[in-house]
Amino acid sequence: MNQQRGNFLQVFFRAVTGLVDSFAIVLLHLFRRPITEEYPEFKRVLPARARARIILTRDPEGEERCVACFLCSAVCPVSCISMVAAEREDGRRWAPWFRINFARCIYCGLCEEACPTLAIQLTPHFEFCEYDILTLVAEKEDLLVDHGGKNREYNFYRHAGVAMVGAKGTHASEAPPVDLKSNMP
Amino acid sequence: MSTWTAGLIILIVKLAVVLVVLLLLAAYLVYAERRLLARLQIRLGPNRAGPWGLLQPLADIIKLLTKEDTVPAGADRPIFLLAPAVVAGTALLIFAVVPFGAGWQWQGRPIPGVISDLNVGLLYVFALSSLGVYGVALGGWASNSKYSLLGGIRGAAQMISYELALGLSLAPVVMAAGSFSLVDIVQAQANYPFLLTQPLSFLLFLISGMAEIKRIPFDIPEAENELVAGYHTEYSGMRFGLYFLGEYVTMVVLGGLVAVFFLGGWRGPWLPPLVWFFVKVGAMVLVMIWIRAALPRLRYDQLMMFCWKFLIPLALLNIMAVGGLLLWARA
Repeated sequence: MNQQRGNFLQVFFRAVTGLVDSFAIVLLHLFRRPITEEYPEFKRVLPARARARIILTRDPEGEERCVACFLCSAVCPVSCISMVAAEREDGRRWAPWFRINFARCIYCGLCEEACPTLAIQLTPHFEFCEYDILTLVAEKEDLLVDHGGKNREYNFYRHAGVAMVGAKGTHASEAPPVDLKSNMP
Repeated sequence: MSTWTAGLIILIVKLAVVLVVLLLLAAYLVYAERRLLARLQIRLGPNRAGPWGLLQPLADIIKLLTKEDTVPAGADRPIFLLAPAVVAGTALLIFAVVPFGAGWQWQGRPIPGVISDLNVGLLYVFALSSLGVYGVALGGWASNSKYSLLGGIRGAAQMISYELALGLSLAPVVMAAGSFSLVDIVQAQANYPFLLTQPLSFLLFLISGMAEIKRIPFDIPEAENELVAGYHTEYSGMRFGLYFLGEYVTMVVLGGLVAVFFLGGWRGPWLPPLVWFFVKVGAMVLVMIWIRAALPRLRYDQLMMFCWKFLIPLALLNIMAVGGLLLWARA
């Protein structure tokens, strides 16, 4: 037992007041309004960056932002994102199908961070429980929205251009392509 | 023959009534504790099932009954299955000697306000509360889990130690009443409750009683921050429910014992005896909930030191003082 400083009476007094204080404060709490927010009746407004249901956004022209680069799918720690990539006639990449299994998703937000085109974004909407787990698998039409999410102005292709003009290695400040078959420097 | 049958029927009806009331009390005590504790912590507590959450105990019972009853691999199966019944059974049996009313008349037959007026009622109480240790220790041991085992060992050590203080704290009451029978002890408090003459015994009994029923600040056998849930970690379904039930029944029983030994049992002005008894039990139970909200858990060594180095010597001194005073008063 660690000895407290002071003579016996002081220690005794401190112990007793400590006990009485704790009892009194607890009793006073009885007459305070509970601070509980009762959830289904009271819904607190969540911050815009709260991480819940995932959406696929569109650029200001109304085109899909997703370029099917697989970065979100690769970074996903629970592998809940799958897609297939295709290229349009004008060279623009897109995902013919895009699937997120919300039954596996852990809402970590890594896909959003990995996305180079701001296509995949997390929203604060978290109330989508289901009795059947298979109904939690969201297809592209369930995910796609008709706005730009957190950044409505950003348009990836305005920075990158859609299709490549000219052969590889012929553009400004571009090195010639590496010949993989040769190990000469 | 007919009087014998009538007595048997009265006894069975009384047993059934007391059992049902006790179980209902225990179930609603869980609700009361959760609600009150929540308010003491500025929360709301369960308020969804029925008006003000009043159907919560029912929901809990349905949940516990329909849950899977799992037995861990490597558990000592028969002991594991039986241990919860020991806790709940001993808790319910203690109430058999607690007088809860002055007695009634029915068709000229007296119905005593107690199930069984044992002349060694106090010893019976101690014997059963010692038996309750087996439920904790065996349940913890048979679970084949280190947390359960630690909880069981702690429970056994704590309950055996505090049993001494519990017994010693009641010796002055027995000396003052001159009887081991709980009915006689209530009779002896006809003029004034023993709380007035023996406040130290009351405090000692309340503290060691709280330790005996493993409530905060003495809940180290289940210490959920260290031992998951202590001795009932591995229990599920209604077996866990039996442990839970036993805990809350012992809470009611401890309230009843405090009322009988120190608050004058069912005695009191204006109100009928049965109401007075329930008022006193309720008050003691509320105090226990209040203590739970206000105090932290003791450490294991503090708990043991408190019992052996403080409570037991104090209880012995108390016995000597009360004994001396009684002799002086007689002389």
